[in-house]
This record gives sequence, structure tokens and C-alpha cells, in this order.
Amino acid sequence: MIARILATAVTETHIARRNRWVLIAVLLMVVFSLVLSAAGSAPTGALGTDRLSVAVASLTSLSVYLVPLVALLMSFDAVAGEVERGTLPLLLTYPVARWEVLAGKLLAHTAILIVAIVAGYGAAAAVTIAADPAAVSGLGALWRLTWTSFLLGATFLGIGYALSSLARRVSGAAGLAIGLWLGLVVLYDLGLLAAVVADDGGTFTTNIFPGALLANPADAFRLFNLTASQATAAASGVGAAAATIPLWQSLFSILVWPFASLGLAALAFRKVEP
Amino acid sequence: MTSTLTISHLTKAFGGVKALSDVSLCVEPGERVALLGHNGAGKSTLMKVILGLITPDGGEISVCGAAPGKAQARSQVAYLPENAAFHSALTGLEQITYYMRLRHENPSGAMDLLDRVGLAHAAKRRIGTYSKGMRQRVGLAQALIGHPSLLVLDEPTSGLDPVSRRDFYELLDGLAADGAAILLSSHALTEVEARTDRLLILSGGQMVAEGTLPELRREAALPISMQITALNGYDTDIMAALPDAIRLNGALHLTCEQDEKLATLARISALQDKVADLDVILPSLEDIYSHFSRRDGQ
Repeated sequence: MIARILATAVTETHIARRNRWVLIAVLLMVVFSLVLSAAGSAPTGALGTDRLSVAVASLTSLSVYLVPLVALLMSFDAVAGEVERGTLPLLLTYPVARWEVLAGKLLAHTAILIVAIVAGYGAAAAVTIAADPAAVSGLGALWRLTWTSFLLGATFLGIGYALSSLARRVSGAAGLAIGLWLGLVVLYDLGLLAAVVADDGGTFTTNIFPGALLANPADAFRLFNLTASQATAAASGVGAAAATIPLWQSLFSILVWPFASLGLAALAFRKVEP
Repeated sequence: MTSTLTISHLTKAFGGVKALSDVSLCVEPGERVALLGHNGAGKSTLMKVILGLITPDGGEISVCGAAPGKAQARSQVAYLPENAAFHSALTGLEQITYYMRLRHENPSGAMDLLDRVGLAHAAKRRIGTYSKGMRQRVGLAQALIGHPSLLVLDEPTSGLDPVSRRDFYELLDGLAADGAAILLSSHALTEVEARTDRLLILSGGQMVAEGTLPELRREAALPISMQITALNGYDTDIMAALPDAIRLNGALHLTCEQDEKLATLARISALQDKVADLDVILPSLEDIYSHFSRRDGQ
């Protein structure tokens, strides 16, 4: 079992390396992290926290967009691509279970994401600490951001595999992935904000809104990191509006989502008839 | 000896259209069986059912003593899909290494395997740069991994040149001699005729004929054609003696049923001082194939 998962992971790593996904993911994370940490270093004095904690708040907002995007870009082809190329029937005649195939792909893609995230955050941290050694006190917040980013990435990899299995065509899977990214990461927040504003402190804001935030893995990720580092003041919009949600609830959401999305992916993949 | 593959009364329909109806067959160890039928006859569906990729609606199948698609069956069955496709970013060596690991074989043998199918020189090039024939060889190499008890080959020689085809059938002969059962589909009838032990003909999802070529020839009972070349000027005499004969392209043609063959030959040899040459043309495999596959109103 382990040997088959590893074999799939090695093969997927070869493919990702040749298709430049490793390079693209690392470059994206490093460039954006550096730009944000440079831009975010200005307001330090006003907030009274160390520079790294401020950078972490900026990186959180960046990762909410970037990590799901990179994860979806790597995963949308995973099943639909095999179907479209005609490689899936042959693969499924091998003595390998479908979930083992998915697990192998997940292992490779997660490893690439981890490399990209560590490279990006690491570069941002290095630059920040070099500018202000006192920023070392923010390393705890950075570590929290790092491991939650892994979980966020795994969640969206799972969602990508599920979409890929449901679409069965690469073009369809790509469309679904981008649509879902826009929906969950961009429009969801805008919709919630609009509803909160329209509701003006009514039942929606107090009862439905917190649940709606926790139900979205990207929002739960942002919520957890901002609440935990008490950096909500540095963030605006939804993060600030939801400061009342207890920490354990957002933590629960980000821990459960990877399992839920991967379970969904396994179910969807099982239904694919080659 | 138990059969490697046994199928009885297999049925499969796609949205009301019957792809396979009441198909039964078995393949013994060491036997090479050809599956014939035109496009849409159900060959690929039958193969996918055997491989466990498609669940049948009814009937019983046993593949190496297990249900199709079960781990025990999959570990002993090799498959070569029609137009074998692989990820274009991988090299031939990486692809075969991957497949060997999935079968728990030592991947150090990957190069040997590629060498057996004549791809050693291109092993470290990406499959994206391969020709169709080379991709087909990668497919063949992966089908040889381990010692499969059953090989299911869907049009294995399409895209191969004549020399490669001959090499391919030699490989198959070796595998069959080692006890592997082989089920292959093909459109190249003449090549199948010489290289397999038994033929199965599918038509419209039904098994319309099964047997060795002589058996099928007897069963089809297609007329035998004879071409008589007359000595100068004797055409009319021969035509008079054999009223069924017709004149075509300067020669005389005569057809007769299988059981009249010897009697007809006797009548012709009685005219031997007037006949320059005689050719007996047996029904070709194509004729027999069309006979069986048309029987169901195709």
C-alpha cells in the first residue's frame, strides 16, 4: 500500500516538475510574500506589535487567495486529465486502489505546496527579521500561519480532485476550479459583508453570519490566524467583523475541512467509470 | 486444468442499448484467442468487463479464479489498451518504473523490459516525443511486467510496422508457451489467422462464432471458387462440359459447395487435355468473418 502510494507520488512529482508547477508555485509564493512584507512593514509603530506579526497578518490575507489558487491549479487536472488522455483505464487495471492513486497525488501536490509556502513565508520572515531583530517574537504567529496554510492547501487540493472527478473533462474541471475559487475566496466574503450591512445587526449578523464564516475553509483559515495573533486590528472587513467567534471553532473548521474535502474527492473519484 | 478466464451468459446494456448479450467464452492457460468483430461489436466493452472497469448487468465471470477487478484478478492480468496513452511529460523509463512499482516488481528491470520491445534507445526521452508505434511499444512493455496469467490486448498491433508485428507475435508465442492465456482483438485478420489458436467473432454484442479456423470454415460452408485456364480454343468445350462456369477476364470461374469439391474436381480433371491450369480458391478469413458477422442482419 505505502509502496504504491509512494510510487504514484514520485511519478506525480516528476510530472509537476516537468510542467513547471513546482517553479510556478514557489515563485508565486516568494514574490508575493516579499512584496507584502515590504509593503506591510510601514505601519508597525502605530500598532505597537512586532514587524513579523504584522507581516503575518498581511501574509494571511495573501494566503487566503494564493494557497487555494495554487492548490486548485495543481489538482484540477488530476482525474479529468487522466480520463481525457485515456491513461485512467490502464492505471485502474493495475493492482492499486483508487484511494491509493489519490493519496499518491495528494502527497506529491502537498509536498510541492509545502515547499512553496515555506519558501514564501521563509523569505518574508528572513527579510523582516533582518530589518528588525525584535521581530523574532512573531515567529509563533508565523508557524501557526504555516501549518494552517498546509491544511488550507490540502483542503483545496481535495476540492480540486473532487471537481476533477465530477467534471471528467479538463476544460470543465478548470472552469469549475476557477469558479469555485472566485466563489469561495472572493464573492463569498463580499456577499456576507453585503448581507451584514443590509441586516444592520439583526438575526443574520448574530446567528447565521458566524456559521457561514466557519463553513468556508478560506474564511475559517483567516479567522483562526487573525484571532489567534490578535491582529484583527491590522485586517479589515470580514476578519474584523467576526472577531467574536471563539478560536476553537475556527480551529475545528480548518482541521475538519481537509478530511471532508478528501473524503468528497474519494467518493467522486469512485464514481468515475473509465 | 482450470480456465484462466471463464465467462458465462454475460449481458451489458448502456442506456437501453445492448452492448453485450448472452456472451459466453473461456480461455485456457497457454491459449491464444483472437476476438474479432467490427467497430461497435462489443469487443472493447467485453475487455473492460473482464478487466473490472465496467460492471456487467448479468452473467458470471471468473478471472484467474476471482471476480474481475478484485485485487487477486488485477495482480495477474495485464492489459494493453487500444491506442495506449501515457503522460507526455514522463520518460518511457519513468513510466515503466512506475508501473513496475505498482505491481511490486523490482524497477531495476525496467530497462530490460524496454529493451525487449526495442525502446532502450529512447528510454530517457519523454513519451511526448514518441511516435505512435513507440507509444504502442511502451504499452506492450507494461503488459509484460511480472508474469501475467492473462493478457488482454485491444488491437495490439495497430500502429506497428510489419517487422514489429512479427516481433510482437513472437513475444506472444513465448508468453503463451510459458502458460499465459492471451485474448486479443484485431482487425488484421490474416495476421490473427496464423498467430492464434482460436477465433471468437462478436457481432452486435453477440458471440456469433467460435472455433479454430478450419472449424469455422466448415461451419460457414462458404462456396469454393475455382479458376480454370483453358488451352487455346477449348473454352467453349469446357463451358459446354461445365454449364455452371462463367467467363471472367479470360478465365473460367466455377463455384461449388464444400461437399461437391471432389466431384467438381473430378469433372475438371476429366477435361485435362483441354485445361492449361487450375486454381482452387478457398474462402478467405475475410469471407468467413463477413459471413458470421452479417448473419445477425448487420
